[in-house]
Amino acid sequence: MSTIVRIPPTLRPEVGGERQVPASGETVRELLDDLTARFPGLARQLVEDDDIAPFVNVYVDGEDARTLDGIETPVREGATVILLPAMAGGQS
Amino acid sequence: MPSYRDLLQQVKSEITEVDAPRASELRDHLFVDVREQDEWDEGHIPGAVHVPRGHLESKIEAAAPDKAQPVVVYCAGGSRSAFAAKTLEELGYENVASLAGGFTDWKRSGFPTQLPHTLGAEQRSRYSRHLLIPEVGIEGQLKLLQSRVLLIGAGGLGSPASLYLAAAGVGTLGIVDDDRVDASNLQRQIAHSTEALGEWKADSAKRTIEALNPDVNVVTYKERLTSENVDRILADGWDVILDGADNFPTRYLVNDASVWHDVPVVHGSIYRFEGQVTVFKPNVGPCYRCLFPQPPPPELAPSCAEGGVLGVLPGIVGSLQTNETIKLLLGIGEPLVGRLLLFDALETEFSEVKLRRDPACPVCGEHPTITEYVDYVEFCSGRPAHA
Repeated sequence: MSTIVRIPPTLRPEVGGERQVPASGETVRELLDDLTARFPGLARQLVEDDDIAPFVNVYVDGEDARTLDGIETPVREGATVILLPAMAGGQS
Repeated sequence: MPSYRDLLQQVKSEITEVDAPRASELRDHLFVDVREQDEWDEGHIPGAVHVPRGHLESKIEAAAPDKAQPVVVYCAGGSRSAFAAKTLEELGYENVASLAGGFTDWKRSGFPTQLPHTLGAEQRSRYSRHLLIPEVGIEGQLKLLQSRVLLIGAGGLGSPASLYLAAAGVGTLGIVDDDRVDASNLQRQIAHSTEALGEWKADSAKRTIEALNPDVNVVTYKERLTSENVDRILADGWDVILDGADNFPTRYLVNDASVWHDVPVVHGSIYRFEGQVTVFKPNVGPCYRCLFPQPPPPELAPSCAEGGVLGVLPGIVGSLQTNETIKLLLGIGEPLVGRLLLFDALETEFSEVKLRRDPACPVCGEHPTITEYVDYVEFCSGRPAHA
């Protein structure tokens, strides 16, 4: 099952500059496993202690996976998945 | 030598404080406003007498001759009034309380205020397009004129925000920025001009704002926001904080302070072609720590200084922040509480995700584990803060 995952600008260098990439999996864990297998540079940006890293959010259909079932949150076919790390920029 | 915070804590432990709901029931008390003239002019508690703190000792006996008369002293945020309450006790006043949270909390809690009743002729003309909108009107415009917004940063986001807030007639703008105008700023930081190169950004922005709208009083803080100064700056009393900082330590510091001072934060951040905007309203919606429990390790979080940013992007994001701020000040519309707006300038696409309060949040959760300021630089340095 394939889902389109939106990649934020800070992570695009790790996926060859793409804005979004397809990934397969029925849960957030499977999606992240698939992504990090193909783009190893993403691993430390997304996963920590076998869980979603605390400085990144994974949104499944607009909801933060952390408020659902965390890394085990199911992902339906055709879901919108957004990876969102914290950004600090604004002033300088 | 005790610091300002030590002294304030000491004084607060020696006096009586009342919050706004309690104070509103104290009908037999005389309310004494110890703020400055310009603050009084922008609105005050009905029936209060005005004795600026600088003249308190010499003038209070004329304003309140009966020392048995119970008194509530207030300022903007509750700090100056704490010192004033101590002074009144020393002068023999028998029943003195300081209004915790000050006039700002009083007003935000919806208790009655006495406004300057109308706009002058020039103001009617200046704000005529606001006056035509039923949701703003004269009442809303007067509300804006007596509102106080604190801007963290007078850079990419703070520039458009400060200009639009000033143009809208938001009466007092505080600007916290310890940086000077650099040539590389001018591609996007429109509050500053080529002539301002090398100047403090806070001063440069103040000059631009005052040229735009003389109704606006600009308070500058040419210092970096830190755990040491944040309480002093917030004690000046602010309705909304507009966060346009450029680093994680400041973001987390602003968050914690805003939760503890109960001031909403309009958050914006930008990188290259993308921006994020949301409103963190303490006790109503999530806070920044609910969204991001921890900052990314520094090597994974490039700043605009490292990664670049499209010059117009802060104009869009800072304007969205201004829109949220004005809605909060006027109490209209649906602010972005519990919603994170994402903007992609390349695709011209807005999307939105939901944010929820985290019951386990260390600052705003049910059982907070962080109850005082931490070392934010260390917290964001990538070393485990809890080790």
